[in-house]
Amino acid sequence: MTAATPSASTTTATGLVRAMKPRRPRTRRGVELAMLVFAVLIALAAYADVGLTRKHHVPPDTLTYGLGLGALLLVAHLAVRRFASYADPLLLPCCALLNGIGLVLIHRLDLAAPKADRSDATLQLAWSAIGIVAFIAVLVVVRDHRRLQRYTYTAMLVGLVLLAIPSILPARFSEVNGARNWIKFAGFSIQPGEFGKILLVIFVAGFLVAKRDALALASHRFLGVDLPRGRDLGPVLLAWLVSIGLLVRGRDLGMSLLFFGFFIVMLYIATERLSWLLIGLLLFCGGTFVAYHLFAHVRERFEIWLHPFSDPQHSGYQLIQGLFGFSSGGMLGTGLGNGRPDLVPFAKSDFIVAAIGEELGLTGLMAILLVYVIIVTRGLRASLSVRDSFGKLLAAGLSVCLAVQVFVVVGGVMRLIPLTGITTPFLSYGGSSLVSNWALIALLLRISDSARRPAPPPTPRADDAMTQVISR
Amino acid sequence: MNKPIRRVAIACLVLFVALLVNANVVQFADAKNYRDKPGNVRTLYAQYDHKRGDIVTSTGSVVASSVQTDDALKYLRTYADALPYAPITGFYSIVYGATNIEQEENSILAGTDDRLFARQLTNLITGRTPQGGSVILTIDPTLQKIAYDQLAGRKGAVVAVDPSTGAILALVTSPSYDPNLLSSHDEAAIKSEWAKLTTDPNNPMLDRALDQTYPPGSTFKLVTAAAALTSGQYNPQSTIPAPTVLPYPNSTKSLKNFAGETCGDGKTTTLIDALTISCNTAFGKLGETLGQDALRKQAEAFGFNSPFNVPMKSATSVFPSNLDDAETIQSAIGQFDVRSTPLQMAMIGACIANGGTLMKPYIVKQLVGPNLAIIDTTKPTVVRQAISAQVAAQLTQMMESVVDHGTGTTAQLPGVKVAGKTGTAENAVGKPPHAWFVSFAPATQPKIAVAVVVENGGGVNDATGAKVAAPIAKAVMAQALKEQP
Repeated sequence: MTAATPSASTTTATGLVRAMKPRRPRTRRGVELAMLVFAVLIALAAYADVGLTRKHHVPPDTLTYGLGLGALLLVAHLAVRRFASYADPLLLPCCALLNGIGLVLIHRLDLAAPKADRSDATLQLAWSAIGIVAFIAVLVVVRDHRRLQRYTYTAMLVGLVLLAIPSILPARFSEVNGARNWIKFAGFSIQPGEFGKILLVIFVAGFLVAKRDALALASHRFLGVDLPRGRDLGPVLLAWLVSIGLLVRGRDLGMSLLFFGFFIVMLYIATERLSWLLIGLLLFCGGTFVAYHLFAHVRERFEIWLHPFSDPQHSGYQLIQGLFGFSSGGMLGTGLGNGRPDLVPFAKSDFIVAAIGEELGLTGLMAILLVYVIIVTRGLRASLSVRDSFGKLLAAGLSVCLAVQVFVVVGGVMRLIPLTGITTPFLSYGGSSLVSNWALIALLLRISDSARRPAPPPTPRADDAMTQVISR
Repeated sequence: MNKPIRRVAIACLVLFVALLVNANVVQFADAKNYRDKPGNVRTLYAQYDHKRGDIVTSTGSVVASSVQTDDALKYLRTYADALPYAPITGFYSIVYGATNIEQEENSILAGTDDRLFARQLTNLITGRTPQGGSVILTIDPTLQKIAYDQLAGRKGAVVAVDPSTGAILALVTSPSYDPNLLSSHDEAAIKSEWAKLTTDPNNPMLDRALDQTYPPGSTFKLVTAAAALTSGQYNPQSTIPAPTVLPYPNSTKSLKNFAGETCGDGKTTTLIDALTISCNTAFGKLGETLGQDALRKQAEAFGFNSPFNVPMKSATSVFPSNLDDAETIQSAIGQFDVRSTPLQMAMIGACIANGGTLMKPYIVKQLVGPNLAIIDTTKPTVVRQAISAQVAAQLTQMMESVVDHGTGTTAQLPGVKVAGKTGTAENAVGKPPHAWFVSFAPATQPKIAVAVVVENGGGVNDATGAKVAAPIAKAVMAQALKEQP
């Protein structure tokens, strides 16, 4: 007994010393670089494979493209090294992998087009470059995510305007395939909602940090559930109205679901109150129910979902063709370039997962979904470990945003839920989506950097310092 | 705030698990269900996505091949010399599927056959699109063409067989149809052509050589004669009763000879003479004496009452059961409910020519891989010894007599002994009879056996097997012997 005491105290002492003098956490940038090389190699192998299958030789530009994509991502990596050196090492490689595979698939679908005069893949590559630039810009400009809190209401205003513009614009400027969520201008089109979603996450995070106490504490109990005060319901109702407005005016079911999804989740995280989730769900279900009965296009979406084969040549065509694609892929897929993903309308954008399911099979699709799981869990990890509430909410909101978006589009295409027009992050063809998602990842990296960055050494207290003689 | 974040993380994982489970359902559990859905053009496109193998005659001429197109279905099935070969190749249609060789040998032609496994494996690894193998037929294109031209659009069929192997040298039906029109990529055109063909009273899509049975008439006397010789009670010179009129037992009706002729002295004749002049009463009486069971046994030994698979399954030639005496008499001369396919009659000729050994008829000589490696060669197989070699020799002698100075003189070939038997089968009141001819040549060392049927004599009122069918058989045999004397 007596002998044990000193040794125990020694251990405690050593532990104490360790706690007091923490080792600098590793930045993990080397891991990021290695994983990036891996991601680029996978994309290049896929590109070579498409060339081999479709044209029976490895495309001569494989190396050029490889170097181009590699250089682009290297710049992104260097920017992370410089501006967010403690950032999560897996987020960038995962997104790079998805972006690369998306490029290959779009290229593959280009080749299947009857007249291959237009290369969407080249355009998408340009957009990827712009996306990386946006990514770096966010890292450079937003040196501390907490500063974004200052722009809470600016973000709201800009975000709402971006969301609302297409609905307000005449249909010829905003309507693409029945959904009014575009701005078409001089042969150029963007989906402002993609940017709006980030701004609104910023707004909701800022707003909730300011109001969370009121929302969380002031309540009255009803039937064993803590209900919020009536006046605190205001912003929730506003969000609900926005999402219903998106649904009705813009016919943008996907964005509506996405918007309401992250809002309710962030509200729940901020207040730690399940009652908000219940209220949100009830409001959403009620809104959907009313929309179903009032609006034909919503009803049609549900009809297609429930009975796709009742009108296989028209309304159900796209969904059915997608399902046929998935089923023809089976376990291992037809192999890149061997399937017919071009039979599915909008295979490059909304239905790109159908191309993955067909040519890369169930195996490939599950792998892609797991890459999204990594991104989302990494984002939520940053949310858990960052110290400030705003950062927590922002990271959680952005991660949930991605998760819900993937769920809505993949679930829609695979007939788990009604189909909604929404892009698959990083994979789908489309500049707005790509650029905004790269910006989103930059924000997550910024937050994860601040979460993992060791706290600055405590500044010595003023009275401990030696009195200095200041000579004049 | 970390507790709700953890819960949200779990909720996100639940969403992804739902996606993963759903992906397994769509791509694995329900995949077959989706694949088989009507309107799933992928299944169709997959079939048309790579080059289907050729169907080739024994001399190497291509009768069915796939050519590249620039429409959605990458390959178009085309048939050279389509009409004569339609009953063999069949068609390959996006609407009505495939028939005949296209269907029977589909796995080889499509390249999915297990025997192509090694190649498929390398294709899987190299990612090359698979190619189909070729089917080489036993058909001799010259004989096929002559037989088709000889029928000249009349309803009927010609089957020529190599007696020693059972290889089918010609398989012709007339009128025929153009499988190209059913194998196009234009669904509407295919459907309209189909409607036209299926409503055509001449039924051009019917394969009369394999799928149609006719009363064989006097050609069936070969079976009755075989049964008599096999019984051991008779030889070709045996004297048999040959009344001018043979009354049916328990009936007021009676059997007469063709055009009311008498056979021999009007009372008896020899077996060989009865066959030579095709004496109905003599064979009717002979059948009655032998009994229906002996006739049926002999008919079944030749292949009646079971189909042939060449590999297309033929219609079943019928020798009926539970006959009374009158029906037995009629059956013995190939009337009443006796029915035979042209293939069956050709096989009877081939069997006699082959010393009584019935070979299995076949139309696929070889299967060849896309790399031209031989995958499979059909080995001739014996079905059974239908008659003894002695009986076969006796029947040959009798059939020679038919061609030498009997009913079948129209089939004589210069310098070659031909063995044959005519048939003129009544089928419907007021319609000309079906004209039959079954033969082989040279009688001494047979190279080819031929059966010909011309429905209703081709519309000629006084048609007989000798007038209408024998010249067709003669032309086919002449060509065959010219090729391999």
